[in-house]
Amino acid sequence: MLLLQVVVGGLLLGAIYALFSSGLTLIWGMMNVINFAHGEFVMLGMYVALLVVVWLGGGPAAFGMAAAIALFVLGVVVYAGLIRHVMRGPMLAQILSTFGLALLLRYTAFWIFSANFVSLPETSLSGTINLGGILLPVAQLVAGVVAVAFTIALHVLLTRTNIGSRLLAVSEDRNAAMLMGIRPDRMQALAWGLAGCAAGIAGALMATAYPWSPSVGETFGLIAFVVVAFGGFGSVPGALYAGLIIGLIQAVSAFWFGPIYKDIVVYSLFVALLWLRPQGLMGKA
Amino acid sequence: MKRKPFLFAAVMAAATLLYAGGPAAAAEAVKVGITWPLTGNAGAAGQASKAAAELVAEIVNNAHPELGDLPLAKGEGLPNLGGAKLELIFTDHQGNPSLAQQLTTRLITQDKVHVMLGAYQSSCSFTATAVAERYGIPFMVGESAALNITGRGFKWVFRGTPIASDYARTYMRFFDDMKKAGKKIESIAIVNENTDYGTSVAESVTEEAKKANIAVAIRIPYSASSTDVSAQVLQLKEKNPDVVIFISYTADSILYIKTMKNLEYKPPMVIGDDSGFSDPSFVPAIFDVAQGVMNRSAWAIGKPGSTTYKINEMYKAKTGRDLDDTSARNMQSFFALVDAINRAGSTDPEKIRLALTQTDLKPEQLMMGYQGVKFDSTGQNILAATYLIQLHGKKYELVWPAKAADATLQWPMAGWTK
Repeated sequence: MLLLQVVVGGLLLGAIYALFSSGLTLIWGMMNVINFAHGEFVMLGMYVALLVVVWLGGGPAAFGMAAAIALFVLGVVVYAGLIRHVMRGPMLAQILSTFGLALLLRYTAFWIFSANFVSLPETSLSGTINLGGILLPVAQLVAGVVAVAFTIALHVLLTRTNIGSRLLAVSEDRNAAMLMGIRPDRMQALAWGLAGCAAGIAGALMATAYPWSPSVGETFGLIAFVVVAFGGFGSVPGALYAGLIIGLIQAVSAFWFGPIYKDIVVYSLFVALLWLRPQGLMGKA
Repeated sequence: MKRKPFLFAAVMAAATLLYAGGPAAAAEAVKVGITWPLTGNAGAAGQASKAAAELVAEIVNNAHPELGDLPLAKGEGLPNLGGAKLELIFTDHQGNPSLAQQLTTRLITQDKVHVMLGAYQSSCSFTATAVAERYGIPFMVGESAALNITGRGFKWVFRGTPIASDYARTYMRFFDDMKKAGKKIESIAIVNENTDYGTSVAESVTEEAKKANIAVAIRIPYSASSTDVSAQVLQLKEKNPDVVIFISYTADSILYIKTMKNLEYKPPMVIGDDSGFSDPSFVPAIFDVAQGVMNRSAWAIGKPGSTTYKINEMYKAKTGRDLDDTSARNMQSFFALVDAINRAGSTDPEKIRLALTQTDLKPEQLMMGYQGVKFDSTGQNILAATYLIQLHGKKYELVWPAKAADATLQWPMAGWTK
């Protein structure tokens, strides 16, 4: 019974890992850019949720939407104002520009919000459901379900809709897509918007369960990279599976071997997987 | 090593040093190099201590006759150095021991500080003090608790705060009192973050518990940057100890308390070993689910009109909140350091060191509940002690020892009320 509880907890956490990693993998898949500021996007999503709750007294739906919209806009602005320009430069410039952006966002957050840890006040998501002896904290349950749903929706958007086809066309061959009347700039801006949106929702969901300060993006950014590499760069379903697997392994190994060993287990498996399958679980070889 | 990909971030941030302190100080100003985590996981605690250190400078540099016997409060500056003022130079090591080492080197060799103060995390104090020892600059460890910081045969390192073994013994004395009062304390659990601070205190508690014949049901070391602690809380639930002692930093202690509520686990008593439990963010985040958690503190605000009360009012005016134990212990250590500089009558490091070894502050000259400040040959203050406090409503109240208490101990803890 205790083990089942651990497994459920691990899967719920893994679902959120999957959600914030899906944005990172989307941008990589679209334009081969690694967004080092992704963890900071999640962090900003958390603060947007906090501001909506504290200033406007909004509920979970309101702060989730607000974080999604705010970060969508930020994603588009970052693309238009920064990425579009550095794409013309060498690879190193692209990497360092998002890295610089990460530091800019983090220290701006320090300046505005201070280094103090904050957490969301009690919301309607507080409380715990007891399901036949398994305790499900409502906030984590909602977060897990929304995370899985959003990740699947993103996958469907990419593979089953007109917009998705256009997005993929641009990533496949920018010039050919232009000849077909697709505007690559708009599509790539949309990809950044969607990535920001996923990070924003993930942040808002994490905020319901996790205390944070402006440096939290560091922790989440690293997890996102591991999940993306594990699942395969560019694959949204890969991020979903990888997120769930990593969440599960972390929880179970922390329970069996002790928390300080969980990362050893996770990263050993991670290295082993990359050795056997360098492209990750679902990545294209 | 979770931070490795961000090593570059650390290097970049090292370049963005924070400078603060008084306005352009006169030539004879006493330069105090300070290194604390002003950002990062413990940034809030570092910022709170920074405000406290600035308050010390304010009290010393200006006349504050209302503060009674507090050393150097009465006049302006340090009288034995011709009224010299304190100039504080702050640096941010972000909780990174190698950065703490680099910054201390920089403060000593480039900024030419006369004395050092720091460094919050024991692991950072450990590396930073080694630098000061090499250059022969007095280093006052404000509040780091790990045993191994003193006792390395260093001549230049002094520590005003009580240390891990003092705290461990305090807990056992408290348990002893509780048992006499009929409470059941057969087993305890120790949950500690796994750097120098947590490990050292956990080992001291384990050792003292053995002597006191109390079983340690489980000891859980973990990394303070964990994003999920459900598995650990379930382990605690399974072992069902009478008291859980947390040796934790901020985010992790909040996460533990919230997870305990979510998983409906409420031990008879939770004791936090300061740090995270004293962080200004802790109480607002958890007060509604953690009524009755205990914490240690050598700091008590005291009655209106008392020196401690006035100091708290000054701190409150500056920061908008009450002075916490960690920052207060830093202030006390800093006062002891300044007192020694004044007695040395010079900024010569050797003279300051000698004056530090001769320090003998009496309880009435202190702002903390110590029995005094007096350093042994390892540099440790042998007169340091602590109180135990308990969260009642939105604030901690002093509940033990009974003779100093201003509120009644609640046992078992109430936890969440809804």
